[in-house]
Amino acid sequence: MTMDEFTARQLRDEIAAGRLKSVDVVQSLFARIDRVEPVVGAYLSLFKNEALAAAEEVDRKVARGGAVGLLAGVPVAIKDNMCTQVGATTCASKILANFHSPYDAHVVERLKAADAVIVGKTNMDEFAMGSSTENSGLKQTVNPWDAARVPGGSSGGSAAATAARLCYAALGSDTGGSIRQPAAFCGVVGLKPTYGRVSRYGLVAYGSSLDQIGPLTVDVADAALMLGVIAGHDPRDSTSVDERTAPVCDYLARLDEPPAGLRIAIVPEFNAAADIDTRNAIDEALEVYRRQGVELIEVSMPNFQYAVAVYYVIATAEASSNLARYDGVHYGHRSAEACDLVEVYSKSRAEGFGDEVKRRIMLGTFALSSGYYDAYYLRALKVRNLIRGDFMSAFEKADCIVMPVSPTTAFKIGEKTADPLQMYMADIYTIAANLSGVPGISIPCGFDTRGLPIGLQIMTPAFTEEKLLRIGRMFEKHTEWHKRKPEA
Amino acid sequence: MAEFDYKLVVGLEIHVHLAARTKMFCGCEMAYGEQANTRVCPVCIGMPGVLPVMNRTAYEYAVLTALALNCQVASFTKWDRKSYYYPDLPKNYQISQYDLPLGGPGYIEIPLESGRTKKVRITRAHLEEDAGKNIHTLGNFSAVDLNRAGAPLLEIVTEPDMNSPQEVGALARELQRIVRYLGVSEADMQKGHMRFEPNINLHITRDGQLHKTPISEVKNLNSFRAIERSVAFEAQRQLNDFRETGRTLKMGNKRTYGWDDVNQRTVLQREKEEAHDYRYFPEPDLVPVEMSADWLAEIRARLCELPLTMQSRFAVEYGLSDYDAGVLTADRATAELFDRAVKAGADAKRVCNLLTQTGLKIANEKGCTVGQLGVDAESLARLAAMADGGEISATAATAIFVEMIAAGGRPEDVAQRLNLIQKSDAGEIEAMVDEAIAANPEAVAEVTSGGKKSKKSLGFLMGQVMQKSKGQANPKVVADILNQKLGL
Repeated sequence: MTMDEFTARQLRDEIAAGRLKSVDVVQSLFARIDRVEPVVGAYLSLFKNEALAAAEEVDRKVARGGAVGLLAGVPVAIKDNMCTQVGATTCASKILANFHSPYDAHVVERLKAADAVIVGKTNMDEFAMGSSTENSGLKQTVNPWDAARVPGGSSGGSAAATAARLCYAALGSDTGGSIRQPAAFCGVVGLKPTYGRVSRYGLVAYGSSLDQIGPLTVDVADAALMLGVIAGHDPRDSTSVDERTAPVCDYLARLDEPPAGLRIAIVPEFNAAADIDTRNAIDEALEVYRRQGVELIEVSMPNFQYAVAVYYVIATAEASSNLARYDGVHYGHRSAEACDLVEVYSKSRAEGFGDEVKRRIMLGTFALSSGYYDAYYLRALKVRNLIRGDFMSAFEKADCIVMPVSPTTAFKIGEKTADPLQMYMADIYTIAANLSGVPGISIPCGFDTRGLPIGLQIMTPAFTEEKLLRIGRMFEKHTEWHKRKPEA
Repeated sequence: MAEFDYKLVVGLEIHVHLAARTKMFCGCEMAYGEQANTRVCPVCIGMPGVLPVMNRTAYEYAVLTALALNCQVASFTKWDRKSYYYPDLPKNYQISQYDLPLGGPGYIEIPLESGRTKKVRITRAHLEEDAGKNIHTLGNFSAVDLNRAGAPLLEIVTEPDMNSPQEVGALARELQRIVRYLGVSEADMQKGHMRFEPNINLHITRDGQLHKTPISEVKNLNSFRAIERSVAFEAQRQLNDFRETGRTLKMGNKRTYGWDDVNQRTVLQREKEEAHDYRYFPEPDLVPVEMSADWLAEIRARLCELPLTMQSRFAVEYGLSDYDAGVLTADRATAELFDRAVKAGADAKRVCNLLTQTGLKIANEKGCTVGQLGVDAESLARLAAMADGGEISATAATAIFVEMIAAGGRPEDVAQRLNLIQKSDAGEIEAMVDEAIAANPEAVAEVTSGGKKSKKSLGFLMGQVMQKSKGQANPKVVADILNQKLGL
């Protein structure tokens, strides 16, 4: 077994047991990064020196026989919209290209406390707005399975880095599918936890009521491991749930134990929107469950179809406000051409933001404008509640809902950039989970005729990640898809 | 004869800095006059990724104030974002309360010069975060000080119920007294703890028809004098304007003025009230506040007797003049010191004199309030009782009070120490009277003859006795014995 064949969990056990040195792992990983990263382009910044120092510290702890964390010595990558004191935190935007955060995000603190080794910051769609990472203002990332294709997005860098084994696990953020969709495109596991499960403190906000941090990993067990490290209440995030309401549990303890009497909800008409290879892969995945005695129940989710429309009102409205602070006054890019205050604002923002970000700021500003608020924002909130209702009634009949992650596999770079609406439809299956707050996971479930990965999406009720992971593991245990790797 | 009748109509918008230890949504400690940008953290300067956390104490202070203003306190409130771009507003939105303020309709009772009081209706009271301060005194560029950014600010809006500059001033002073009584604000006008913005116009009746002049809003007044003078100035200016132009109130012709303290006049800042679109929407980073009955009861229990109620009680129950009652209720500690001393049995008028004459003079010299002089109510009551009982003279009482303030100690001990206990022992005094009569036959003759100088001579004999007693004889006892001996 070579080093890059280990899962994060296996690697951690090797390092903690002293059979492998974290420093050697990090050295070998950076050698691989030197070779592969120029092609993939997953990272916006790499912290080799800091990573080696952290690895040495872990090795010293192990040598001293002291206790080490759950991610001891494991190299992980962080999407560049999570604040780190080391390096820049750019959100792949020119407006923050030189921004250095004075503090670590909550999840970064948690990773460090678990003795993880931070490799670098990954590329993304600018401010997490996009489904292909083509909206990065700083770099192009390609799909490790086909360099002519997108890695998905917005956590495209984290997905590509995990798939190409340029890290052992990564953190992404998911506002409308930004963890699950790139995970599906790159053939890795992507978990979006329940809204409120993981603190957003230090995650640069896009759509505050939708954003959630989660892991991208090579298998379900690693997702369970990572979630255990980052989940839990944080007093700095008022929307993070307190431990009494929804305690964090050991997500690995009963991972291999299938939930008893499992019932899966499917929405047959939804699958029709997906391409034929995806439909077939989902049908085969359901067959895997059926063979294990799982009952499949057809449900109807009549309001699901409005999810994309609702999302592009709520997310953009919140974004228009969240991104107002990037104004050239306090930090970030300031236009050299500005001659007065209004120009500091308008020129700095015109130069600093990319087209998609501007498009969404304008959409959101419009939706919140007086005279339009009721027709757009307020109505969107009402439909959001109806979508929540769809989930609740589905969960009365079944333990989980299964559907594709994306209607297609990874598309070609440039294929959809000219048509934003078509790009928005790439998220039709993932957005509803964000609107209702429930957790969702993407698990590799096959490949299309071109050899591109396909993702299976499972969603469960709020704060039932433990069950969600076990349901995912039931599938993974009986398939080999997650073991395939793109050619180096 | 007046060409027409008019009534001045004024409503107030008031901002009160709450004296919570920390800011509204972060842990920065509040301080006045610190070096610029030293009381800041990533949250209050709007760094990427930060999240607000509500300051519970500030919320309770706001509710307490709302209760004192007889407002309905909302059982459910939420936070909203108010968007506008300004360099002193780091996020370019302010967290405020829009459609669900914590305080609903209420009223404040203000004292009028006539001695009566008037109720001014309160429209609403809500909490928000303060902005920072732009500094334009540095030459060719401006700077921003964010020490104040995020300070808890209570906004109180009144109905247009005030009809004279004096009433506006009275409301401002009364509100200052109330928030100081409650301990929720230092309410130091010079430090900008309270800022007033009157909305002013005239209701003119001419030929039986009502004409309303355009409303002027005067921004950011922070002295009582400026409030009264600006209202008076605007009233006169509007009257002149109406005479000259006949202009009346229309949609959108509200104007914004500043107050020029040097030239004692209002200065036009904005011709037309710009059609501000603040694009309010619910703050997704904060959870709504639910005010349980228990919590509200807990806050209500912290209410104290309000100054105006106390003032009229002092006048009615203790027979004080309105003026004295006003002086004693200027601050809570003084009022309570007085009240407790009287309740401990002291004569109200005597305690009042001690406090408002001697006490106030020393307090002014020390730059503190009478209540802060360090004399407790029980000692004060005993001091008053000693004077009432003839143990000490009124002059001695003042001297003892001064010494108690300067050096502390019980009034009995201080009186002993200063040798100010009066001699009322009839035998001892009689001996001294006899001596004086024996030594001054001419004066005695003058008195007993009832001649022109008899009164003066009697005074002389009194003086002789007092001298012999070194000023310690009770004058009343001396006079009685002297009169008796001389057969008067």
